[in-house]
Amino acid sequence: MQISARHLDKITIFDISGDIDLATSPELRKPLLRELRELRTPRVVLNLKAVRYIDSSGVASLVEGLKAARDVGARFILFGLNTTVREVLQLSKLVRIFEICESEEQAVAT
Amino acid sequence: MNRRNLLLKMELRSDPETLCAVRGAVAQLTERLGFSEPECRAVVLGVDEALTNIIRHAYAGHPDRPIEVHFRRIQASLCGKNGEALEIVLEDRGKNVDRAKLCGRALEDVKPGGLGLHFIRESMDALEFRRRVGRNQLRLVKFLPKPDPPAGS
Repeated sequence: MQISARHLDKITIFDISGDIDLATSPELRKPLLRELRELRTPRVVLNLKAVRYIDSSGVASLVEGLKAARDVGARFILFGLNTTVREVLQLSKLVRIFEICESEEQAVAT
Repeated sequence: MNRRNLLLKMELRSDPETLCAVRGAVAQLTERLGFSEPECRAVVLGVDEALTNIIRHAYAGHPDRPIEVHFRRIQASLCGKNGEALEIVLEDRGKNVDRAKLCGRALEDVKPGGLGLHFIRESMDALEFRRRVGRNQLRLVKFLPKPDPPAGS
């Protein structure tokens, strides 16, 4: 898994690619929680377009990010969900709790 | 054990870094068996989650413990449904799994963790856990797609 961050005014966009599983989910969780809990960025956006695979460890990291965002009053937005990611989120029945946008433009504008 | 129907046998270490390679192999196997793309993804997810559970719970994160996975083509009969199926048996030598924890958790709870077993159940047609002579065995079954009838029939 690869993760990089871009900053746009008070928004941080994480571009994530590859597989999010038991081996790699800590690499996702750490920067997400730092961005929200320590840096207090008011809007954190995750670009998941290039994510090939996600399992329950990855979903758990997203849920942790969402909970951290709620704790500090920030927004936590996902966009670019491909079939694989969408299927797993739907299977988890947690898809409804996330703010999901179709595009980056929508995620930063709304 | 019936070796004739053995499609693939894997001997792994309980290292999360191996999961990616296992997923690749399972994806190819399920595709070769004729599963649809969503079914292939489901089986890959089911096996990945089963291995994740073994690594996390049976072996408490130790990365050097043995895991064996056997993939077989079998005739299955489950809940009134009969047919050819893919059987996957995962075996570890870790601690006895608490069966109460095999129930998973309520999905209404918005919290990280506890989803793995739910994913396995949703991905497969059957799931069965056994403890035998110091080993945990998890058996997963997924019915193969029925072949298309011959043209004109």
